[in-house]
Amino acid sequence: MIKYIAKRLVMLIPVILVTSFLIYWAMSLTGGDPALMIAGDNAKPEQIEQIREELGLNDPFLVQYLNYMKGMLTGDMGKSYVTNKDVFKTFMERLPNTLMLGGAAVLIAVIVSLPLGIYTAIHQNTWKDTAGMIFALFGTSMPNFWLGLMLILIFSLYLGLLPTGGKTGPTSIILPAVTVGFGLAALITRTTRSSMLDVLRQDYMTTARAKGCSEKQVIFRHGLKNALIPIITAIGLQMSLVITGSVLAETVFSWPGIGRLVYDSITKRDTPMVTGSIIMCSILMCIINLVVDLIYAFFDPRIKAQYSKKG
Amino acid sequence: MDSYSTKHVKSRTLFQETWRRLVKNKGAMIGMGFLIFLILAALLSPFIFNYETDVIGQNMSDRLMGPCATHWFGTDEYGRDLFARVIYGARYSLAIGVGSVTIGLVVGTVLGSLAGFYGGPVDSLIMRAIDIFYSIPNILTAVVIVSLLGTSTVNLMIALAFSCASSFSRIVRASVMTIRDQEYVESSYAMGLPTWKIIAKHILPNCLSPIIVQITLLIGSTIISASSLSFLGIGVPAPAPEWGALLSAGRGHIRDASYMCVIPGLAIMFTVLALNLLGDGLRDALDPKMKK
Repeated sequence: MIKYIAKRLVMLIPVILVTSFLIYWAMSLTGGDPALMIAGDNAKPEQIEQIREELGLNDPFLVQYLNYMKGMLTGDMGKSYVTNKDVFKTFMERLPNTLMLGGAAVLIAVIVSLPLGIYTAIHQNTWKDTAGMIFALFGTSMPNFWLGLMLILIFSLYLGLLPTGGKTGPTSIILPAVTVGFGLAALITRTTRSSMLDVLRQDYMTTARAKGCSEKQVIFRHGLKNALIPIITAIGLQMSLVITGSVLAETVFSWPGIGRLVYDSITKRDTPMVTGSIIMCSILMCIINLVVDLIYAFFDPRIKAQYSKKG
Repeated sequence: MDSYSTKHVKSRTLFQETWRRLVKNKGAMIGMGFLIFLILAALLSPFIFNYETDVIGQNMSDRLMGPCATHWFGTDEYGRDLFARVIYGARYSLAIGVGSVTIGLVVGTVLGSLAGFYGGPVDSLIMRAIDIFYSIPNILTAVVIVSLLGTSTVNLMIALAFSCASSFSRIVRASVMTIRDQEYVESSYAMGLPTWKIIAKHILPNCLSPIIVQITLLIGSTIISASSLSFLGIGVPAPAPEWGALLSAGRGHIRDASYMCVIPGLAIMFTVLALNLLGDGLRDALDPKMKK
């Protein structure tokens, strides 16, 4: 198992190299002349040239990229054009907030969608099932930034129950987390329902009932446990949705996370910040995908055996 | 002879069979009806409204008027009629949705069928490249591409087509892999057909069902992604009335003119809802085994 994890971590290196190269290349073509941006409009040509030399902008592109990656290994991804702060440090300062938001969103989604998915599967083709599926359909059709605005409108402006934005106290995470979690909940509900329906028709369910297990035991011990793998896959695949959702929700709610950082950097044309944040986000995604793969092993002994063999 | 041998059995094509099942699905029919209405509205809007005066022309004396008889959806901060802007906006949202999915479909189908048909190193190379794109959240890919190419409707389409392409290539690859070893493919080999013709004529038509379903669902999610990017300010440039851009403008007036936030969002939601209803209906109609 440990060998397998190590192997997967090694396999991440080429992915990270290619991703970061593509992003670095694309962003280096977009930002205009960084030296000009730092020096300002009234700078003399000599000053601009000096800044170019200092930043290594006169080096060939590949050298610039290699220097950038070398810096990244030591936690140095350049400085922001706008705030002059260290990109890596700023990203790391914001990361916990986004992880907290993402974690809360996934938690809300799972708490709502697992019971709902199981319930609709058990009551297939009744009005309860239809109601659950309508909820899921609305959830997948709603742009989550709009949901965020509607939540602000109802819970903050009309009812005055929750703050409109910022990270001001424990209640301030509720609205952004619901915003990100709602769409996710809809998707997980659908997957849980169809996965449970598959399992409910299996012979071992009949066997479990024939053995005299209670209905609760049949559904949770024999049913849900077997239905979990597709559900975890669905949650894992939707992690990019959580990141996307966070970018939007953080913008709507002024939540001080990575999403807000990326948005602010784009609007201010702060290229090192955008490049650094996007590269770090894709590394984060790779790690999340690895964690999801490892969670499979936890729930399915067959997969665990496979990993051990591979490792 | 008995009636058995004389009875004429009427055969139906795949299209007729699918249509017969689809018509029975109420949700899919509602979705389809709404989409037809929306497409008509989008096509006819240049004849109903004058783009220069009704859609982008400013009229400060009418600014921020709530929904009323003259302005059904109210007016925005520049006094522009929101009804005209929302209806006109359907042109942008639908065009971006359909455009991105079409580009993604062409690229994804070519890549997916090559990977699925040849297998081996070709498959590994294509699929690893797609995995890499998949590992970056698509909104960030779109941000990078739009920053590279500049903000315009066409560039937004290209940016969003990337994630569609990776999704299509996975589906096509999986279908091609299951079909390529069938006898009818072998026999077309034996008949000496060139590879591209085998893929185009015998393999792709047989994996059409999942592709059609995916097209419908992806147009919906692409409309949401496009409006998200416009909301962030890197989508369709102003003053074009794309739905996400309308929402972004409405956000500043959430306290004093909340209808500016509510209405464009409802437009996006109902359009995507209609596409999802149709997509789900198509999935059931094309593959009754899948119906749960």
